[in-house]
Amino acid sequence: MNRVLVFFLLILALLGGGRLSAGEAAPRAADEATEKRLAAIASELRCLVCQNESLAGSNAELAGDLRREIRALIKDGKSDSEIMAFMVERYGDFVRYRPPLKATTLLLWFGPALLCAIGLAALLRYLRRRSRAIEDRPLSAEEQRRVEALLGTTDSSEGKS
Amino acid sequence: MNRFLWPLIGFLVLVALLAVGLNLNPREVPSPLVGKPAPAFSLARLDAPEQSFSPQEMRGRVWLLNVWASWCVSCRQEHPVLVDLARRATVPLVGLNYKEVRGDGGIDSDKLTPAEEKKMVIARAAGWLAKHGDPYSLSVLDIDGRVGIDYGVYGVPETYVIDKAGIIRLKHIGPLSRELLASRIEPLLAELAR
Repeated sequence: MNRVLVFFLLILALLGGGRLSAGEAAPRAADEATEKRLAAIASELRCLVCQNESLAGSNAELAGDLRREIRALIKDGKSDSEIMAFMVERYGDFVRYRPPLKATTLLLWFGPALLCAIGLAALLRYLRRRSRAIEDRPLSAEEQRRVEALLGTTDSSEGKS
Repeated sequence: MNRFLWPLIGFLVLVALLAVGLNLNPREVPSPLVGKPAPAFSLARLDAPEQSFSPQEMRGRVWLLNVWASWCVSCRQEHPVLVDLARRATVPLVGLNYKEVRGDGGIDSDKLTPAEEKKMVIARAAGWLAKHGDPYSLSVLDIDGRVGIDYGVYGVPETYVIDKAGIIRLKHIGPLSRELLASRIEPLLAELAR
């Protein structure tokens, strides 16, 4: 019984939420192409207020302002790269989720690969050294005698056990 | 000994990296505007809304632009520092009142007409300055935050140092402290004034 109630409440909440967002999006739905481009651009940009969210997903006030700004730029006939440049001019490379490759971002781009290479080299060195350490070679006569003394076994005692 | 040397060095490097990395403030995003001309604007003045102010009027002078709003909690923290600075009157301090009404989550600005909103902005901003003291040579009204975007504002308060040629020389995000003023901003102002 309880479960059914919870289920219905959930459905209601979902419908309600859906209506809310639909209400907000309705006046913009007129220009679907603009919205599609906006979504594509905004998902490439970081919201500076809540830094781990994209501009597309953020509810921050500034994100809303910037989406409006991008929408206006699209209507002005600006290209995607011009819009990117507009954002970078104001907020720096940090707004881009995929920062450009340049001198200051070399470590960012190649750091992980570099660390991986160092790790692989260390691993190889370790494995090589270890395989050298456990190299097989026949026992010398002296060693053979010591082994037998330690184990207390000889060829003759083998038959008993 | 040698066996432990490399892991130890690795550990120390990691500690050093974390010590530096965790002490950095992720909010301090280096601004691309430093070294570039201050973006132009023309906005209504708080004290005389029929008049406008634009940064070109400050050519030939070193000045500070401070972004503030009455709903901004950190601005209140910073305010006594600004009042102090204004009392010493080293350079003109221009206030950019940022989204006074729209930035306040408690008000539904969509229901207001532009005229109503402007009236409300002026009443709130002037009231706040009357209550806490007015350190600004003048304040301008960025009602919709459009100028804020040109200045790359993303957290109020923010402060810009602009030189005689209209170039932004420093941008500080977050409240100004007396220490910061004494250690970085005032030396820079003195250098630029020469």
